[in-house]
Amino acid sequence: MENLLSYGFLQRALLAGAFIGLACALLGVFLVLRKDAMVGHGLSHVTFAGVALGLFLKLMPLGMALVTALVAALGLMKLKEKGGLYGDTALGIISSVGLAVGVLLATLSHSFNVSLFNYLFGEILAISGLEVWLSLGLAVVVLAAVLLNYRGLLFLTFDPESARASGIKTSRLETLVAVLSAVTIVLGIKVVGILLVAALLVIPAAAGLQLARQFRQALILAALASFLSVAGGILGAFFFDLPASAAIVLLSFVLFGAAFITRRLRGAG
Amino acid sequence: MDSVAVDQDPLISVKHISFRYAGRPVLIDVSLDVYAGNFLALLGPNGSGKTTLLKIMLGLLKPEEGDIVLLGQPIREFKEWNRIGYVPQKATHIDPFFPASVREVVAMALTRPSTGPDRGPVRRSREQAVDRALALVDMCAFGSRRIGSLSGGQQQRVFIARAVATRPRVLLLDEPTTGVDAENQARFYDILAGLNEKEGMAIVQVTHDIGIVDRHITQVACLNRSLAYHGSHEEFCRSQAFKDLFVEGNHLVSHRH
Repeated sequence: MENLLSYGFLQRALLAGAFIGLACALLGVFLVLRKDAMVGHGLSHVTFAGVALGLFLKLMPLGMALVTALVAALGLMKLKEKGGLYGDTALGIISSVGLAVGVLLATLSHSFNVSLFNYLFGEILAISGLEVWLSLGLAVVVLAAVLLNYRGLLFLTFDPESARASGIKTSRLETLVAVLSAVTIVLGIKVVGILLVAALLVIPAAAGLQLARQFRQALILAALASFLSVAGGILGAFFFDLPASAAIVLLSFVLFGAAFITRRLRGAG
Repeated sequence: MDSVAVDQDPLISVKHISFRYAGRPVLIDVSLDVYAGNFLALLGPNGSGKTTLLKIMLGLLKPEEGDIVLLGQPIREFKEWNRIGYVPQKATHIDPFFPASVREVVAMALTRPSTGPDRGPVRRSREQAVDRALALVDMCAFGSRRIGSLSGGQQQRVFIARAVATRPRVLLLDEPTTGVDAENQARFYDILAGLNEKEGMAIVQVTHDIGIVDRHITQVACLNRSLAYHGSHEEFCRSQAFKDLFVEGNHLVSHRH
């Protein structure tokens, strides 16, 4: 194992994966409790359009993905607030249009190639040193934003009306959640790809929520589930020559299953 | 309507509030004042605008006409929301599996608008405020329990604790005993009476239950889109508003909490 961990690509993969997984888990707990678990799916489809646009224009695909994800996340928020649409309807519209635009651009630019597939399925084992630092930086921003606004986010998630009545600027927190969701989705693409990034947001959070009796516990358990999934998935992929993204997501599902069964055996409460 | 003798500034002043929803008038030129020491029951039939008025007082809805003055300041300039406590309608919408302990729920009220990590003295004072609030509602033993594992009556007591954790001057409650059994309702009203009489909190309670007019409350405001009555509870049962809204076509049965 010590020799294994001396491989540079594994060090980079584990480091970036751990931080990105942690950011996804923390934000994921809030999204799952707000019943916004599908936001990850919707935004990931939009990032496909961003990546395809980047490949089409020969600009930074992840940078374009971040821009499109931010626009979509903030647009989704406004559609729900002012457009009179149900949240899942707005998400369905944005998600479908994002995917369609991505397919169109990828076709026009003849981009259905290895490069696009790496974005679709992730390439954590091929992450570069620069990408590790970028990922770390963005993950730290996400972590800091969640921790600094922890109490306000908790109140907003538990009881939005009372949070507003107590003077908390809930619209600012909603915007923060939208922005963090977009950033975290784009970070997650490097680990598990566009098609599976939503799983990284949802499954570790769901696993943590099965066992937690307090909110802090939920965050810690989700982070632990995420770390174990990412680390185990990456190592499993290396040892057994498996796709890392699938290994990570499947391992997170196994951990969720174990938490689910433990909760049932323990009894609710 | 009966006049109310005043010798101090009102804590909440509702001035000529009108509100429409989808073109339909919900509140028409409603004015009333809430003073220190008041225990005001906001009564009225379904659709009379009671909850709407409460939400306007809390800044959750904007009226089309009129103004609200809170603790001497117009609501649009008001920032001391920790001085106004709010207990929402019985939280049937609260997720029973939400992983928050009773202490975490009460501590939510102590969220500072400019949030940041707690340092030692802030954390200690926060814990003391939570302890004090839970003691007021006799829920200290339940601090580490998950909120969803409590009964409806216990949950409402936790929400009162949350609302009073910042020691507000006014407590606003929206039909807080809906779905709560009779025994817990009695306990609930005893807690409110204690907050009003011993802690000096003014209380405004939206309710359907005219039975609470018998005890505890000092003032009644009766709404049916406009203010049909505002005055003492003694006069309320003899008033025309009472007859029009609660007696006509009904058989009146009195009960005590």
